Order: sequence, then C-alpha cells, then structure tokens
Amino acid sequence: MTGPQDGDFSGRGREDRPAHPRIPGPRPAADDLAPSAAPRHDPARDPARDPVTVTGPAPDMSPAAPEEPEIPREEPEIRRENEIPAENEVPARKLTHKVLTSLLGAWALAACSAEETAQVEEHLTECAPCAEEALRLRDAVGLLHADRSLDLDPLLRSRVLESCLGRRPARIPVPDWAAPYDAETARLDALLRDFGDAEWHAPVRLSWFEEERPVARRTTVAGVIGHLMTVDGLVVGSLGLDDPLGSGAPDDPTDRTELFWRTATSPPTRAVHEPWREQSHTLIRTVSFAGRGVAELSVSYGDFFALPLRDALLDRAFECWVHGADIAEAVSYPYEPPAGAHLHRMIDLAARVLPSALATRRRSGLAGPARDLVAAGAPGRSLRLEVEGAGGGSWYIALDSPAALGSPERSVGQIALDAVEFCQLVAGHVSPEEAAAGQEGDREAIRDVLFAAASMSRL
Amino acid sequence: MQQRLARGEAAALGELYDRFAPLVRSLAHRVLDDDEAADRVTKDVFSHVWDNPGTYDPKQGSMRSWVANITREMAVDRFRRTEAEAYEASGEGTAEELEQKIRQASAAARADYIVRSMPTPLWAALELAYFRRRNYRQAAADLGVSEDEARRRLRLGLQLLATADLRAADGFPPPGSGRTR
Repeated sequence: MTGPQDGDFSGRGREDRPAHPRIPGPRPAADDLAPSAAPRHDPARDPARDPVTVTGPAPDMSPAAPEEPEIPREEPEIRRENEIPAENEVPARKLTHKVLTSLLGAWALAACSAEETAQVEEHLTECAPCAEEALRLRDAVGLLHADRSLDLDPLLRSRVLESCLGRRPARIPVPDWAAPYDAETARLDALLRDFGDAEWHAPVRLSWFEEERPVARRTTVAGVIGHLMTVDGLVVGSLGLDDPLGSGAPDDPTDRTELFWRTATSPPTRAVHEPWREQSHTLIRTVSFAGRGVAELSVSYGDFFALPLRDALLDRAFECWVHGADIAEAVSYPYEPPAGAHLHRMIDLAARVLPSALATRRRSGLAGPARDLVAAGAPGRSLRLEVEGAGGGSWYIALDSPAALGSPERSVGQIALDAVEFCQLVAGHVSPEEAAAGQEGDREAIRDVLFAAASMSRL
Repeated sequence: MQQRLARGEAAALGELYDRFAPLVRSLAHRVLDDDEAADRVTKDVFSHVWDNPGTYDPKQGSMRSWVANITREMAVDRFRRTEAEAYEASGEGTAEELEQKIRQASAAARADYIVRSMPTPLWAALELAYFRRRNYRQAAADLGVSEDEARRRLRLGLQLLATADLRAADGFPPPGSGRTR
C-alpha cells in the first residue's frame, strides 16, 4: 500500500475520538440489514448493551502501534505480560496475543465463535493497538457494499462515444459500415463479462434450417464464442491478419467451426473470451486504418459464396446478435435486438442476398423455374418484402435472376412481417411455413422467397 | 492506448469504453446513487479522457487508477453541487453535515475501487464472511485454506478497505493502483 495513508492513521485525524472509546461489537452481516432477516441481537445498534469499553490509553497516545496495512505475519509481541507463561498453568483455550490479533478481521465481520468473540473483546479492553485496529476494521466493514454489478445500459456506449466524437472528431474514425459489428461485439462482450464458470458451460442450442427442415446442435456458451471467433477469423484472414485457425484453414464457416470444436484439446472454457474480444477489437482497428480501401475487399465463405468486406462485417454483426441472443436465452438474460439503424442494414443485406439464395435453390430444383429472364440490370419479376417495426422498410426481391433489378412495377405479390421475425427467419430460428404474418399475390413466389430466406441460415 | 487516443483513433475510444465503463459507471453510481446522474458522469469522464489523453502520466500509476480518480472527482463534484443546491433550497442541515456527506460519498467510491482492485483471494474471503455470513472456519473450508490463512485474509482485506476512509479524502490516488481482478 502507499505510504501517506499508512502514516495517516497514527498521526492525525483522531481528535474527535473520545480518550476511552467504547467499541461496539462487530458489524452485522449484509443480510442482517434486510427487514426480512431473522431478528438477532445487534450490538452495533444497541449501545445500552454494549459490553466492551476500552480502558487502555487512547490510540493516539500509543507509540507502539505498528500501522502497516500489509499484515506482518508475525505480530510484534507488545503485550507480553498478558501472555500465557506455560501451557499447564492456564486453561488451554486462552488465546495468545498473536491469535487474538489475527482474529480482528473475523471479529469485525462477526465471523468467529462466541468464545473467540468474548476473548477478543476482553483483550480489547487491555490492548490499545488492537482496540484501535478493531475500531478501524469495524468501520471498514461499513464500507462493504453489495456489488450489485449494475447492468450497464447497452445504449449508453453509443451515446457516450457519440458525445465524445461530437466534441473532438476522430482523425481515424471507425468506418460507418463497421459500426454494427462494433456495437454488437461490444454488447455481447458486456453480457459475457459477468459470467461465472457455470454460465460459460451452460448448454446452448444452436438451431438453423438445412435441407428443408430445422436442425439443431448443442454446445456451450464457450463453444458459441469459439464459433463466432473462428468464423470472424475468415474476415481477419482476408485482411492479411493471422487466422485464428492457422494458415490453410478451410473457408467454409461450418467446416471451420467443426475444426475448432474437434481440435480443441478440451471443451472450450471462458479462456475463449479474451481471444475473441481481442480479435474483434483488432478487426475494428484494422478496418479503421484501412478505411474505404478495404470496404469492397472480397471475403470468401467457401467455394460458392463471397461477400465484400463491408457486407461480411455486417453479416458477422448479425451472427453476433443472433448467437448473443442464443446465449442470453440459455442463461435467462434479456437481450434486445440491435439498434434500428443497424437492424435495417442487416435486413437490407439479407434482401440483397435473397435473389442469389433463390437462384441456388432453383439450380437444385428446390424452387420454381424462372418465368421471365430479363437483361442484367433490367427490372424483373419481383416480390415486395414489407418489414415492419424498428429497422424495417420495403424491398423488392428479384425472383428470376440475381442480375435482374427488383422493381415495384413488376411486383407479383407481397409478404409483410416484423423486423425481428424476418431476422429470425433468416437465422433459421423460425420455419418458412410459420413465418410471415401477411402475404398476398403469387403463392409460388412467396414460398420460394420464404424458403430462400431460411436457406441462408447456417450453423 | 494513450498514444492511440492522442492520435484520435475512434477504435481506441471504443476499447477504452469497453475496458473501463463498468468501473466508471459503478464508481459514479456509488457516489451519486442515481442512474441518470451516473450516466452523465460516465459521459463526462470519457469525454475528458478523449479530450485530454496527454494528461495521463504512466509514471503516476495505471490508466485504470487514473480513470478511477477522474471519475471520483467528477462524481464527487456533481454530488457536491446537487447537495449544495438541495441544502440552499431547503435550508435544512448544516454546512458541516454537507461536508460529512461528501466525505462519505468519496470514501464510498474509494472503497468501491479498492474492492474492485483487491486481490481475488482477499475479496473471496470477505464476500463469504460478510455477504454469505460464513464464519472464518467455514470460509477456510470453502476456500480450501487453513484457518490461519482465512483469518489473515479477512484482516488484510479489511485493512485495505480501511484505507478508503481517509480524512483528507481528495488528493491521493486510490490504493491498489494498477491491479485488477
């Protein structure tokens, strides 16, 4: 501990203490303060029954008191005359000065036996240094405070950062397209921060939609964070940074996750938290420095799919939210959807990818045939996607080719659903048959789009 | 971190927030006991750090203790203003009582910081004895240490905590600088 404080106790500030301070008993424990606690004699609140009066010299006048907060394991034997001369001459239970001194903390916390308490209190009447320390430790108990681990409002982060950046704009800003990833990783990090081992090992059920039906897989909270880290690693690798799975790791997100789960020597633990967070911070930092130059950099998700970096980070933000919600559900915490503006961008990405997903299904014979192929960039047959609530909007999904332009003029129908529900569909958490509150128009087009949305889900 | 902040790197500000916001918010709340006021102090603290990263001197201690000091000062300032206004408006209480309240609030913030910076074994012992009402023998068994060691941890933990209750409340850095748990 620091020096000045040590001197403070013996040197000053004691003038308001009576020369013979009465030492009330130890403080009650935390739950004694609750009205529901069983009534128990509380000496601290009952001075009339206060049994102990210090009769030794006042603390300030005692030159002998060593005041090092770092406890010397061997106490100076300052009251030798009170000590037991030999074992046989006194009752064996009489405690030595050294033991009595070591009991002061437990005494102040009311955490010793009745016999020990009585002996400590008797000792305090005859040993000024111990009496002084007893007072000080008992006062310190009053400073203990239930660590309520106040939940930090997740929205406070963006408010604080905006306010800072409004006063002094950043010279190296976080690109706007990385903002959802920044916000979602911070939100998940805050959720994880107070987790104990039990929460890290809580079972989590990951579900998605594969081969026309819902599938699920069980892992733990730590396993989910490992999954997020390995798939984020795709983006990391595309920026030329070290892939967490090492060089030569596969591009396919599911293969990567399986590799991580398989090669981990033991089930993932909370040890995965720090590397995941550090990697996300590194990503944000790296794209901040690289700026616009890397926004269009292609990130490969395997043989058949790639996204420009700006969209890949948006996809990672989406996954981070979806899995954050999976984790929160597993440990019964609330977890809100992303901010409306970020949610809107995630939905927009899904709407932009939908025509390709539909074409993939068509090639496998899972969607109806193309009805009317148009020149690339020309308005094609479309389905209107009406998403309601915060983050919502209207999109026109080109039905016959990813190259066609979705257009209101050529709309053949409409589906309407809530923003979060649409995201649940894309995440594979609700089935296409159960999604969509309202639909009208071409039934085949509606079915194809809903199934294509669900097909974008993955582990 | 300091250089990155000075360079105006927004990503560093985000990391700073992620690292220290729980500490800042909790210290501010301990002093002010009010959500909205604690949020405002949190905003003020990060604005101050973002505007003045050069005022941090690594020789004086960790960034964590620096941020904690700024928080305590700002929270106590706000508390003083609020309490002084209430005192003027109502005419109740004395200037001495006001000072006493402010000293207590400041000590509470110090105590909070000490608890957060305390070596985990000490805090674990205190938590068992105070919040879970275990006696020191039970605490020793829970922690898998000797009874001597349990007594030692309880005493040392309280001795650390006692350093929060300084008469000269302002001016010292909180003890335990640089250690985290």
